[in-house]
Amino acid sequence: MLSTLRTVIHRDLLLALRRRADLATVLLFFVIVVSLFPLGIGPEPNLLRAIAPGVIWVAALLSCMLALARLFAADFADGTLEQMLVSPTPLGLIVAGKVAAHWLTSGLPLVLIAPVLALQFDLNQSLLGVLALSLLIGTPVLSLIGAIGAALTLGLRGGGVLLALLVLPLYVPVLIIGAGALDAAAAGLSAQPHFLLLAALLVLAAAFTPWAIAASLRISAE
Amino acid sequence: MLDARDLAATRSDTTLFSGLGFALAPGALLRVTGANGTGKTSLLRALCGLLMPSAGEVRWKGEDIRALREEYWEHLLYIGHANSLKDDLTATENLAFACGIAGLTVPHERVHAALGRFGLAGRERLPVRVLSQGQRRRAALARLAVGEAQPLWILDEPFAALDAAGIDLVQSLAGEHLARGGMVVLTTHQDARINAPSVTDINLDR
Repeated sequence: MLSTLRTVIHRDLLLALRRRADLATVLLFFVIVVSLFPLGIGPEPNLLRAIAPGVIWVAALLSCMLALARLFAADFADGTLEQMLVSPTPLGLIVAGKVAAHWLTSGLPLVLIAPVLALQFDLNQSLLGVLALSLLIGTPVLSLIGAIGAALTLGLRGGGVLLALLVLPLYVPVLIIGAGALDAAAAGLSAQPHFLLLAALLVLAAAFTPWAIAASLRISAE
Repeated sequence: MLDARDLAATRSDTTLFSGLGFALAPGALLRVTGANGTGKTSLLRALCGLLMPSAGEVRWKGEDIRALREEYWEHLLYIGHANSLKDDLTATENLAFACGIAGLTVPHERVHAALGRFGLAGRERLPVRVLSQGQRRRAALARLAVGEAQPLWILDEPFAALDAAGIDLVQSLAGEHLARGGMVVLTTHQDARINAPSVTDINLDR
């Protein structure tokens, strides 16, 4: 069973490697959205410092959304999804592998580049670590929750917009806690409670969403 | 082994078929024929457990496949209308992945031998994108050459896009599979010449 999981992750990473342009679009979108704010607001260090956590987190949510539409679409179109549905390996496990590969290719790059982008907001250097860590724990939750929406809107016309309407409200807790971690750290408080809450969300999402995604896929593929 | 009772399927309020029943024993071939849009693919997807029939049930060894789920799919090799190939991967990578998803551990040499048998020797390292329509179908059907562990084969239009040699190859593989006690369900518009101990025909035209 675990070998199937490895096979799925390996294939999706290989596919991502062969289609590097798709990876670059998500990352560039993130870079551009985050960079527009300092350009639009102008050199006001205090204001920029105050809005930095919210802006970076919102940009991360939107970038995640952008990548989600592709999560199952190709497998659905070429029939690979049907093969996954009739696999002797539980579908939840296969789906977990797909989401893991998806996060490695679209979530992890955001985590790595966010501290560099944060320099545009004159964010205190001690906060860069907090930002990266909050995104590191938070973005897998975004991928897991978003995958439910991607599975439900599979094959629908105008699925992209519907996906955003379905998923963005569900992202609100992650956004509040993730951006809150930076606010707390900036105010000189410990960000640990926020990290623990994010980690709790991640554990819950990792345990339950794969089965919800699997059930949604079975409905959509029928 | 595989029984269907009183199966019915509807698509947007029109009944495709109803009251369909059959029983397949080891070595049995089921041919499903019918004009376009009569529900051949729907019937096959219902047999795979991909589509919920509007009435009736499918049983494997006497148990409902919807209760068996993964235990049933372990015995099933399904090749649908779509080739389930990734354009950016090579034929070898595609076949290895298809086997992995089906829970089979197939050594590398067997994957190569299977593709070679389907006339893709020398093209295994090309991305599937550059193959012709017929070659892509062959790459998808190469699973049959490593599918002896799965007793039930369900093939949707396996002969589409294949040349005469390809059709012969699929027919002989299906014949070998039936001879070792497997079961084959297929839809086709052509006359399939497969050596089968027992043949059931279902025509969905009315």
